[in-house]
Amino acid sequence: MDFLGQVWAWYTDPANWSGRNGIPLHLWEHLSLSVASLLAGLAIALPIGLYIGHTGRGARVAVALSNIGRAVPSLGWLGIAYPISTGLFHRGGIGFLPAFIGLVALAIPPVVTNTYAGLREVDADLREAGRGMGMRELELLARVEVPVALPVILAGIRVSAVAVVATAPLAALVGGGTLGAYILQGLALSDEVRVFAAAVLVALLAILTEISLGWLQRRVVSRGLVGAGDGSLGYDLLTAAEPESAPA
Amino acid sequence: MTEGQPFFRLDWVLDNLDQLARRLGEHVLVTVIAVTAGFVISFALALLVRRYPRIYPPILAVSGILYAIPSIALFVLFIPITGLSLLTAEIALVSYTLVILVRNIVTGLRGVPAEVLEAADGMGYSNAQRLWRVELPIALPIIVAGVRIATVTTIGLVTIATLIGMGGLGYLIVNIGVTRRFPTATITGVLTVVLLSTLVDLLLLALQRHLTPWAHARAQGE
Repeated sequence: MDFLGQVWAWYTDPANWSGRNGIPLHLWEHLSLSVASLLAGLAIALPIGLYIGHTGRGARVAVALSNIGRAVPSLGWLGIAYPISTGLFHRGGIGFLPAFIGLVALAIPPVVTNTYAGLREVDADLREAGRGMGMRELELLARVEVPVALPVILAGIRVSAVAVVATAPLAALVGGGTLGAYILQGLALSDEVRVFAAAVLVALLAILTEISLGWLQRRVVSRGLVGAGDGSLGYDLLTAAEPESAPA
Repeated sequence: MTEGQPFFRLDWVLDNLDQLARRLGEHVLVTVIAVTAGFVISFALALLVRRYPRIYPPILAVSGILYAIPSIALFVLFIPITGLSLLTAEIALVSYTLVILVRNIVTGLRGVPAEVLEAADGMGYSNAQRLWRVELPIALPIIVAGVRIATVTTIGLVTIATLIGMGGLGYLIVNIGVTRRFPTATITGVLTVVLLSTLVDLLLLALQRHLTPWAHARAQGE
């Protein structure tokens, strides 16, 4: 049987669709770990980014975070996370927790830097107009700054999400399951079919995340801003500040 | 990590400096091959784009899709064809550099002002002379900026190549640090990677300043 035929046979083998080493369980581990890490990362990163972007205070934090985010390899976050989780929770550094800690750390920098950059790019005239209309600071943030900066903020969230989904397979190294478990098993057993079949699933999952969040990013542009690319605000909101992201 | 073991053992690092140096050497070698090969391919593609601008969007689209594939997947996707080899690792690493390098070289070349090109033509430069003596020197800062991003990105990605047996600093992080539950090796590996990328980035920046003294002088004069 040719190689791709064997890969197809692997996908359609009922044995791979049930039990503790089945695709449903590993996919569930992959998705639940990714979503939990992204949400926790957002809960930390968005308030920091909004605060720095709105007040302009602590801009150095944003720059430093972006530099750290680029310099530390994705594998590095997971590697550092497992001794931390052992030290903090005495859990032996196995399973969901160390992977979760590593992925949360990975998710934070792009969101902070993009939220900050997005808010900083908001035209000073818009802020003044808002203040002139009697808006309080939080109101200004919620009704003027965030809507205008939303495409850039969402671009940061998209980059984070893709990085998390793409790095989650490494959780298998610390016993966190995910689709990466098949890749590690396959490498250990020299089972190229399993490695290849799982790698295709991982790639599809990441590309799907990229496409769907990219679509969402374009959808949520405030109606008041459509057509803003004609230079009326001085810059094109839809193409503004794509983050320089590294592949994960 | 066993109970009572210190979080970081400096004595282990000092005892294993030879291994650290070897892994660092492997890491640098794999990185240099990837960035060099990526640059040669990207340069050729950029020259093609200079000649035939219409092929630029499809090149960007293809390299963009390659970029979105997670490294763990791209590193293993070619194993059925090229096996557990350096070539397999380099195919993945070079693919990632393409999108960065092609874009920066093309952007740099396109940024040359039209009147400069006209002046060169008026002075009787041939197409090749104009490229080498006028366009590339002007584009150099943007090209080197691309090389910096590509190199730092590659240094990070090479850590994962240890999973397909390429060694490097990822060996310390995964094969010793994570697998044997020895945080010292993980932390040493990560710190060395970060130091290496920072150092290489600064070196390339210095190189760019050295190669384009006029850009620096102008920036200071303004």
